[in-house]
Amino acid sequence: MGPKVGVLALQGASQLHVDALAELGAHVVDVRTPEHLAGIEGLVLPGGESTTISRLLELSGLFDPIAERLAAGMPVLGTCAGMILLASELLDGRPDQRSFGAVDLAVRRNAFGRQVDSFETDLAVAGLSGGDFHAVFIRAPYVERAGAGVEVLATVDGHPVLCRQGAATVAAFHPELSGDLRLHDAFLREVH
Amino acid sequence: MTDASRTTGTDRVKRGLAEMLKGGVIMDVVTPEQAKIAEDAGAVAVMALERVPADIRRDGGVARMSDPAMIEAIKATVTVPVMAKARIGHFAEAQVLEALGVDYVDESEVLTPADEAHHIDKWAFTVPFVCGATNLGEALRRISEGAALIRSKGEAGTGNIVEAVRHLRSIHGDIRKVTQADAPELFAWAKQLQAPVGLVQEIARAGRLPVPLFCAGGIATPADAALVMQLGAEAVFVGSGIFKSDDPATRAKAIVEATAHFTDAHIVAKVSRGLGEAMRGQEIAELDVKLAERGW
Repeated sequence: MGPKVGVLALQGASQLHVDALAELGAHVVDVRTPEHLAGIEGLVLPGGESTTISRLLELSGLFDPIAERLAAGMPVLGTCAGMILLASELLDGRPDQRSFGAVDLAVRRNAFGRQVDSFETDLAVAGLSGGDFHAVFIRAPYVERAGAGVEVLATVDGHPVLCRQGAATVAAFHPELSGDLRLHDAFLREVH
Repeated sequence: MTDASRTTGTDRVKRGLAEMLKGGVIMDVVTPEQAKIAEDAGAVAVMALERVPADIRRDGGVARMSDPAMIEAIKATVTVPVMAKARIGHFAEAQVLEALGVDYVDESEVLTPADEAHHIDKWAFTVPFVCGATNLGEALRRISEGAALIRSKGEAGTGNIVEAVRHLRSIHGDIRKVTQADAPELFAWAKQLQAPVGLVQEIARAGRLPVPLFCAGGIATPADAALVMQLGAEAVFVGSGIFKSDDPATRAKAIVEATAHFTDAHIVAKVSRGLGEAMRGQEIAELDVKLAERGW
């Protein structure tokens, strides 16, 4: 059995991440309450509606325990809404929306526009073998400012869309939608 | 499309937004103020319309697409996706909604149908569509026309969950049967369901619809939401159930929490306390018009 990892399952595309990680041999648990964090060695924050997930994180009592685990260096992968939740600064968010600040980024919500502007494209990803990564952007955010400690791994129109800082990786797009498991694999290697 | 390397309006992009709405509550709103209440309560999206189904039912007359000014005011108020309804077969209303930049078009039986034989050719659009279905055949016909999301129809504006339950059980029950069928039987299933055999074969392989399945029509309480989620809905639409109740903000929050924690009866019990009166509701047998019978 591979490492035990959690996928935040309060709202959003959590099941696709569970399927991807399970296919790579991980022991995957849905995280809906603080008890579900027991024993996990890594966490995925999926795409969804960041305003909704942020609210449900507070209501379920998960915000503070997750923040503690992240501060202690637990590997984390955040996609789309997950990127927003992990950023240190949020542009165009709701004033009451909280984020974990695990990556030193200013992120703009819905930066690429509305749903009719959502798109697929092939991304060149720094340090990823096997060629371009097919990326699906859904009402996606992008990075307006990346801090000095942040490694930018891919960009669209000059805006960072895949970044890493320490054990945290954030993507503005949805690796769980394109069937390419390389970023999930990299996350699991981070956990080991 | 802004450049050659970037593709918009694909199946993956259309169905992808529905994936992001899973586990959430999409709320009907008729004013920017209601949209704000919905977003504050944790709605994953709002459905902008002129009258909630309960009022359409009460007032009668022809129900049409909403005033673009109202849709734009709602878009300006919230950051979550905004959906809007077009009449069945009324592709010009759908074109207008796409031009307005709504995030999903609901080709909806709640409005008065514009075409008695043809649904909208949804492949022709960049904006994704959600359509209602009462059974598996209807769901597959809508998917074959390009719907990127299916919702069980239920019976909108009644506050009565019985029809939604019937539709979800019918869709999931038939999916289970299709997965047990052998190859020749799948052709018979396609004929019986009046659906393309390719989609029937896809369901036999995957054991699920190729697009997400949400629930609509009659949800009025947190326990209603927990019920339909346990019956296999992947998210819920709440129409009249919130803004026709005594205390919409509190009820909206409660339904959001119950949908997120639908398997945890202690949480559903906690959020169900002290919500005030739910919408009054109606017996299905007493209805003059059954909206779910619209669409073909």
